[in-house]
Amino acid sequence: MHELSIAMSIVEMAQEESARRGGSRVSSVHLKLGALSGVVKEALVSAYELACEQTELEGSELKIEDIPVVVFCPRCQGERTIASIQWFCCPECHTPTGDVVRGKELEIVALEILT
Amino acid sequence: MNSKPRMVEVRQNVLKQNDVVARALREKFHAQGLFTISLVSSPGAGKTTFLEKTLTQLQPKHRVAALVGDLATENDAQRLARSQAPVKQINTGTLCHLEAAMVEKALEGWDLSTLDFLFIENVGNLVCPASYDLGEDLRVVLLSVTEGEDKPLKYPTIFNTADLAVITKMDMADAAEFDMMAATANIQAVRPGLRTLTVSAKTGQGMDEYLSFLSSQLIECHAP
Repeated sequence: MHELSIAMSIVEMAQEESARRGGSRVSSVHLKLGALSGVVKEALVSAYELACEQTELEGSELKIEDIPVVVFCPRCQGERTIASIQWFCCPECHTPTGDVVRGKELEIVALEILT
Repeated sequence: MNSKPRMVEVRQNVLKQNDVVARALREKFHAQGLFTISLVSSPGAGKTTFLEKTLTQLQPKHRVAALVGDLATENDAQRLARSQAPVKQINTGTLCHLEAAMVEKALEGWDLSTLDFLFIENVGNLVCPASYDLGEDLRVVLLSVTEGEDKPLKYPTIFNTADLAVITKMDMADAAEFDMMAATANIQAVRPGLRTLTVSAKTGQGMDEYLSFLSSQLIECHAP
């Protein structure tokens, strides 16, 4: 379970960024979370609450945007969203492909801060 | 206090710090002509035995060293030290994976220019190590025949980040009624094209192929 250390990094980064922008509290953190990030969403949400305790993020919300895995299909010559990370193939022509275009994201996109 | 929150754009990778250290390590390794391999698997898949045999068998021709991560104990480092290669244990305490900064710290004071191969054995865990780049050139995921053929489907992320899959404990394949076709199909489903080797560190089966693969990778790494 590495979600707690990841949640702590999120809180730390949000604090730094908020301070830099003159914020006094952070009310929410917007995060992109790829299906291949290796992070379990539910575990991250609980860990985040813990990590926020007694910080300027206490009571803030972690708004997660789930990013599905998008691969490049060499046969269709296009980007395709796969339905399951247990089967890496083009959903249209079924050509196997491991060429991942998106889905590994673990990125703070934005913060909502109170000044 | 203004009660309406203000939205500010950030766009920062949460693992940026780890990635920066990993990138610096990779550059340093390459500058010294060092090829680095990390090993990941579930606990008990045979990483340490496989690595001990690898270190022993590479040594007549190559200079090798290893870092080994565990939550606690020096047992694995002691086992690996029997190969006579330089070995250092990294105790992660409560952490379930290695991070690039731990590798960097463990290598302080080492003269990397005297080495050809550095092996990094991660903590036995098929989940958490997937997210952390350690600066390695090759990530090897191990799957033992006693674990079940569906491990790749249960842990697709780690298999997806691997560069080589090694099926271990092949000497027990029959006893475990291991279905090689199913295992291979599952590996290919989560990582199409992933090179897969089969070994038994105990009998030596498949070790030659693995070692020559590593040697070819070293030559490629030295190529201009």
